[in-house]
Amino acid sequence: MSDSLFDKLGGEAAVDAAVDIFYRKVLTDSTINRFFDGVDMEKQAAKQKNFLTMAFGGPNNYTGEDMRKGHAHLVKQGLSDSHFDAVAGHLKSTLEELNVADNLINEVLAIAESTREDVLGR
Amino acid sequence: MSTITFKTHQLTCHPDETLLDAMLRKNIDVPYNCKSGSCHTCLMRSSDQTPPVKAQEGLKPTQKQQNYFLACLCKPDQDMTITLPDAADKFITYGKVISKHPLSKDIIELKLECNNPLSFKAGQFVNLMKPDGVYRSYSIANTPNKNNIIEFHIRILPGGQFSEWIYNDLAIGDQIPITDAKGNCFYIPERQEQGLLLIGTGSGLAPLAGILMDALEQKHTGPIHLLHGSKNKEGLYRFNEMKSLAEQQQNFHYTACISGDTTPETYTRGRANEVALKKITDLKGWRVYLCGHPDMVEQTKKQAFLQGAAMQDIYADAFFLTPRS
Ligand SMILES: Cc1cc2nc3c(=O)[nH]c(=O)nc-3n(C[C@H](O)[C@H](O)[C@H](O)COP(=O)(O)OP(=O)(O)OC[C@H]3O[C@@H](n4cnc5c(N)ncnc54)[C@H](O)[C@@H]3O)c2cc1C
Ligand code: HEM
Repeated sequence: MSDSLFDKLGGEAAVDAAVDIFYRKVLTDSTINRFFDGVDMEKQAAKQKNFLTMAFGGPNNYTGEDMRKGHAHLVKQGLSDSHFDAVAGHLKSTLEELNVADNLINEVLAIAESTREDVLGR
Repeated sequence: MSTITFKTHQLTCHPDETLLDAMLRKNIDVPYNCKSGSCHTCLMRSSDQTPPVKAQEGLKPTQKQQNYFLACLCKPDQDMTITLPDAADKFITYGKVISKHPLSKDIIELKLECNNPLSFKAGQFVNLMKPDGVYRSYSIANTPNKNNIIEFHIRILPGGQFSEWIYNDLAIGDQIPITDAKGNCFYIPERQEQGLLLIGTGSGLAPLAGILMDALEQKHTGPIHLLHGSKNKEGLYRFNEMKSLAEQQQNFHYTACISGDTTPETYTRGRANEVALKKITDLKGWRVYLCGHPDMVEQTKKQAFLQGAAMQDIYADAFFLTPRS
């Protein structure tokens, strides 16, 4: 039986390990952190966990439509390809820091990439 | 197969089914979202059993200890009685006022003797209720003791319904209803070599003083830094006590911070949170406790995280005011 991408990455525990690193990168990146100025940081962090679970190919119930709706208010604030690239970049460097194998990183990035048109509302 | 009791419902959870799915199957209306353990929307609490380990993945250690769990990850291995996390406030005991005295110009120390033992950890909070039914949250400033006495530090706000009532009307010997203790901001004796950073403003010292005593009583070995902030010297109550404690306890360090214009000797100038984060710039591996003004708490949470503290290691109690209806 072949493991899913999520299992290969280490499942839930991998998401837990990645979420702090990833979220710290996002919050310190001045080109995108204004989008994350939520009132409650822990709720935001939980959403980052949902994001990572999805990008890691883990169990989630999100549809393209959800991604569209979930980011629509950000698109209104000017969310564009450059912001998307920045987030994808942080995802990549987070996984590199965790010494994830290149082929798995590429799979994760491909999942993220597949959501681009929905996230950007096009 | 296990039987789950929730409010007035009794339901059966099949071996391969999560508790959340069992509840949804029975059309029980409970909050949930991701169904994968990420969003924590379906947080629940067991009132009798220790939940399965898997169902507590990703929760804070202090939540685990209180038998919180995620319904979407929970495959019960035994019968359980469960509640929602903030199930309606239950006033479970009365506290008799045994002392009430000023700590500073606008903060008073209130000691209540509970007529039923209250199970709590220093730093958690309870709701107190006055005779007209208005209630407010206050943090417990001492550790559990055999006399069932709990201590509060209450800031008197001008025009504040509850705090002014305590100040003006509450008398020694009066009885006040008390809820069970809530909140995740308390000490647990794990990773005792960890540094503890305690930052509080105003009466935010209350839970921190309790947490500090608890950590010292449980022989925490790592460094413990307490930074207490106020506009002026008068607001830094318990200064002498903390200062001499810091002289006796080798791993305890106390900094009294004044954000106003005059800074007498032995006090530090600046806001407590800013002084703290300049003092300890690398918070990797630290456990951080933040109590008091909601803006300070929110801002410092973020900054402490950016300076390396893990989200799991940041405990906060923001003293939110109740919006006027
Ligand atoms: C988890 C938690 C723990 C807490 N722990 C402590 C503690 O240990 N010690 C402590 O001192 N406090 C603590 N608090 C705060 C406490 O619960 C009360 O909110 C606080 O004492 C004020 O209550 P009050 O009834 O006196 O004031 P309220 O009557 O609620 O009014 C609050 C203040 O706001 C002003 N105000 C409110 N609404 C309006 C309006 N519409 N227009 C003008 N003015 C307004 C009032 O004049 C007053 O100054 C805690 C809060 C929380 C959530
Ligand atoms: C790489 C592709 C992306 C994916 C797969 C993705 C996925 C998600 C998911 C699953 C959530 C959680 C929704 C919820 O649980 O409520 C979310 C929320 C969010 N995302 Fe994205 N996202 C992506 C790109 C971005 C980008 C580029 C930005 C901005 C720079 C962004 C900003 C946000 C914000 C601010 C939230 C929280 C919104 C809120 O507060 O409701 N996302 N995203």
